[in-house]
Amino acid sequence: MVSNILSWLIWLPVAGMVAILLIPRNKEEVIKIVAAVSTGLQLWLAIMLWLNFDSASGSFQFMENVAWIPSFNISYALGVDGLSLPMIILTPLLSFLCIFVSWKIDRGVKGYFALFLLLDTGMIGVFLALDFFLFFVFWELMLLPMYFLIGMWGGPQREYAAIKFFLYTLVGSVLMLIAILALYFTCGNTFSIPELIEAAPGALEGSIWWGMSAIKVIWILLFVGFAIKIPVFPFHTWLPLAHVEAPTAVSVILAGVLLKMGIYGILRINYPMLPDAVFWFAGALAVLGLINVIWGAMCALAQTDLKKLVAYSSINHMGFAMLGMAAVIAASGLHGENYIAAQAGITGAVFQMFNHGTISAMLFILVGVIYDRAHHRDIDGFGGLARQMPVYAGVTMVAFMAGLGLPGLSGFISEFMCFMGAFPVFRVIVIISTLGIVLNAAYFLSAYKRIFFGELNEKYSGLSEIDGRELFTLIPLAVITLILGVYPGPFLNMIKETMSVLIDQVVLIGNFAVIP
Amino acid sequence: MNNLQSLSYYWPELLLVTTILAAVVYDLLTKPSESQRVGLLVFAGLVLTLFANWFTSAERNITLFLDSLALDPFAQFFKTIIIFSTLFVILISRKSNELRIYRTGEYYTLIAIMVFGMFLMVSAIDLIMVYLSIEVVSISSFILAGYLKQDQRSNESSLKYVIYGAFSSGLMLFGLSILFGLTGTTKFFEIQNVISGLDTSSHFALIIASVFILAGFGYKISAVPFHFWTPDVYEGAPTPVTAYLSVAPKAAGFALLIRFFHVLFTDAGLFLESENGIPTIPWPQVLAGISVATMTLGNLVAIQQSSVKRMLAYSSIAHAGYMLMAMPILSGNGVFAIMIYLVMYLFMNLGAFFVVIIVKNKTGGETFEDFRGLGWEMPLVGIVMALFMFSLTGIPPTAGFIGKFYIFAAVIKAGPSFYWLVFAGAVNSVISLYYYMRVVKVMFLEGESKEEHIFPSILESALIIILAAPTLFLGVYWAPIAEWITNSLRFFHQGI
Repeated sequence: MVSNILSWLIWLPVAGMVAILLIPRNKEEVIKIVAAVSTGLQLWLAIMLWLNFDSASGSFQFMENVAWIPSFNISYALGVDGLSLPMIILTPLLSFLCIFVSWKIDRGVKGYFALFLLLDTGMIGVFLALDFFLFFVFWELMLLPMYFLIGMWGGPQREYAAIKFFLYTLVGSVLMLIAILALYFTCGNTFSIPELIEAAPGALEGSIWWGMSAIKVIWILLFVGFAIKIPVFPFHTWLPLAHVEAPTAVSVILAGVLLKMGIYGILRINYPMLPDAVFWFAGALAVLGLINVIWGAMCALAQTDLKKLVAYSSINHMGFAMLGMAAVIAASGLHGENYIAAQAGITGAVFQMFNHGTISAMLFILVGVIYDRAHHRDIDGFGGLARQMPVYAGVTMVAFMAGLGLPGLSGFISEFMCFMGAFPVFRVIVIISTLGIVLNAAYFLSAYKRIFFGELNEKYSGLSEIDGRELFTLIPLAVITLILGVYPGPFLNMIKETMSVLIDQVVLIGNFAVIP
Repeated sequence: MNNLQSLSYYWPELLLVTTILAAVVYDLLTKPSESQRVGLLVFAGLVLTLFANWFTSAERNITLFLDSLALDPFAQFFKTIIIFSTLFVILISRKSNELRIYRTGEYYTLIAIMVFGMFLMVSAIDLIMVYLSIEVVSISSFILAGYLKQDQRSNESSLKYVIYGAFSSGLMLFGLSILFGLTGTTKFFEIQNVISGLDTSSHFALIIASVFILAGFGYKISAVPFHFWTPDVYEGAPTPVTAYLSVAPKAAGFALLIRFFHVLFTDAGLFLESENGIPTIPWPQVLAGISVATMTLGNLVAIQQSSVKRMLAYSSIAHAGYMLMAMPILSGNGVFAIMIYLVMYLFMNLGAFFVVIIVKNKTGGETFEDFRGLGWEMPLVGIVMALFMFSLTGIPPTAGFIGKFYIFAAVIKAGPSFYWLVFAGAVNSVISLYYYMRVVKVMFLEGESKEEHIFPSILESALIIILAAPTLFLGVYWAPIAEWITNSLRFFHQGI
């Protein structure tokens, strides 16, 4: 076991980036290999971390803590628990696969892979940081490479998409920064997330800012910051644009990892630090989840661009996770202390984060495969491709089925858990949102039909079958989807203990009196 | 301390004066084509002054020349900032094509004179000294702004500068004389004592005096509504002068503003509402309002610019607004935040202007069009400029973020009544992203991959890297700077 494994996980890609910057830019193969090796090593470290992780403990493990700026009480603090571990496995996995997805980038190769590795560091850092300041720095660090990756290697509207993504996220970030500073000064001058979790519920009790409880003010500031990332309706308009314009690998990262940061942030920060507000906001969260489910599905139904369809399906899938999160209040006294429902809902939400990461990654890679060959993504522009590309059609079938939540694949389990958790508390909302599943099936199946069945479009009779490199990026994800769909037990156990602690933090510390 | 004793504490300034005189004489002896050498002489003199400044003891508060100048760590901090920015500007000026056709001996001499004026500004504790020092700085900058004699815009900018400068210093002088009339003294600390004993009948005169004095200071730091001169002067002046004006005199202006308002207002209790029924001006709200107006105007107008140089001029107005955010709370934290912001601002702003100079040397223009595809063509310059733009926006991990972080922190610490100010600052940061990113956009998102890369000369590359390295490094580790500033503030609050 490597010592300081978390630091290694974070800084390995930066080491790769520095190496890439030193390689002359015409040696493109070497650059790609360095990128693959550094993300590959990172993936290996993540698996090591997983094997050594103690699932029976709900607290932070492998912690590192070094004073950084003592005068402001800022430290370099890292740690991993059942909430962050799934994302720590997912991020290097997708980064590693995405190096191969982007193997055919032909313009500015050096810059592309250097930025990609920097993005990787930012993402891992967000999930591992236990210091709020450090969290914020990584959160922002991610924006810079993302802006360039969309803006320099994206589609026709890339400039607009890149700046829109940047502006939206920055609005959220500055609100978050204000909340971070307000927490710092009201909760005993600390940025440490574990310390804030201890101190914040008591310290904020009773203070009123502008006629509103301080707890609510901070909740709203943080929530908007995270909601933009998820993205929650009505902050979602950056997403279809950014996803569609970004190059394939970047879409994969956007959907697979970046969207999860919003949910991760709410569970890591909002829930334990502001438990009083969870009760106040859970209803709204469930309703927003419902809107995401229905709105995302309806929009996906209306798309003719395959990539846009996948993008809207992300909005829909995040809605399920939000429903699951809202279920946490089932454990409160008011709702009959239904710990099982709360546990199912919130564990389901985290599991949904992971599953959506693998499934949407597959979907985006598949869109990229067809786009590389046909140079368009119009669903109605194909037809009969199943005959021309049988293997591609098969893999796409698995991905689409996973996306619509077919039992036996991982997406079904997590969506089911989210519904199960939320049902006792939000009965009507859950019943309406099951409609989303039907709509999911409708748009995935109709898209599948239009692309793969029917007469073969003569224009595409020369399309080549999916190649080995592309299959290499898809098979691992498909296998994970299958295994987790049949036997999710060990994976859920890894998350469960941390979620029990989180539920206790919310339900036992939270004071469910009506706050002003 | 009397005049003779004071001299022994005054040798940084004496060295500086010697440098100025030597530069004048040396300029007479050199051929016009070799007048750049005067710059080297001034450079060497400033380096000596820097060391002298560091080694002058300021262990306790010392006042020089019959209580007209303070020698405290606070002044020494600002002197260091001023010297550093001057050193950079001298190096930048040597690389500017605009200045190449002129004899530059007196250019460097004038810069040295400005440094002397700013030294006086940051340590002045006497009304007369305040006025004189501001005038020394202003008059030198009028000439510097108009240094491109054959360029109409440069002439225009100089003239505008003179008119605005004369007007605002007239206002300020009027305010200062009212203050003298009320208190019968020109020394800050004596004024402070007298003011606290004044009865409410003289409050109205005090308010008038403060408003006029604020106008004078506001002009120096280009705060709204005293900013009108800034864009035209910044655009017309030679770019190195613009870079200089946007950093050093602004820092000196803030030093004076902080010292003056601290002594007169917080300590004399003028910030408190009058007890006898006559409402005084709510100074914190007024300053906060000026701050919001300054940054909002700077940012909104910067969006519409087509010239990068003019955009940077408006952006420097916006940055003055951010720094002003920390004024209304007038706590040690606020002053600390302004000081750390100035350190960060020094590197990123000078760096951005230097890139404008490099681009102008290459393409002959300074519009966004001239930056098109720069990142593909000159990767080093492009990447460094992107870094400066991110830093000016305030995105971690860059120096600009740390500056903004401390400003926001100071304001939030002051309590919920100032949260609206932080929101205004936050919204403005987002607005500013748009136009800073426009530079990044034209440099990288437009244009095509080039076979051959162009690199600037070794000296130019070294200089932009020297400016870029702290912009990145101070965003990651700034503890030494924070400690230095803490030490600079330690003695600040004591009177004599």
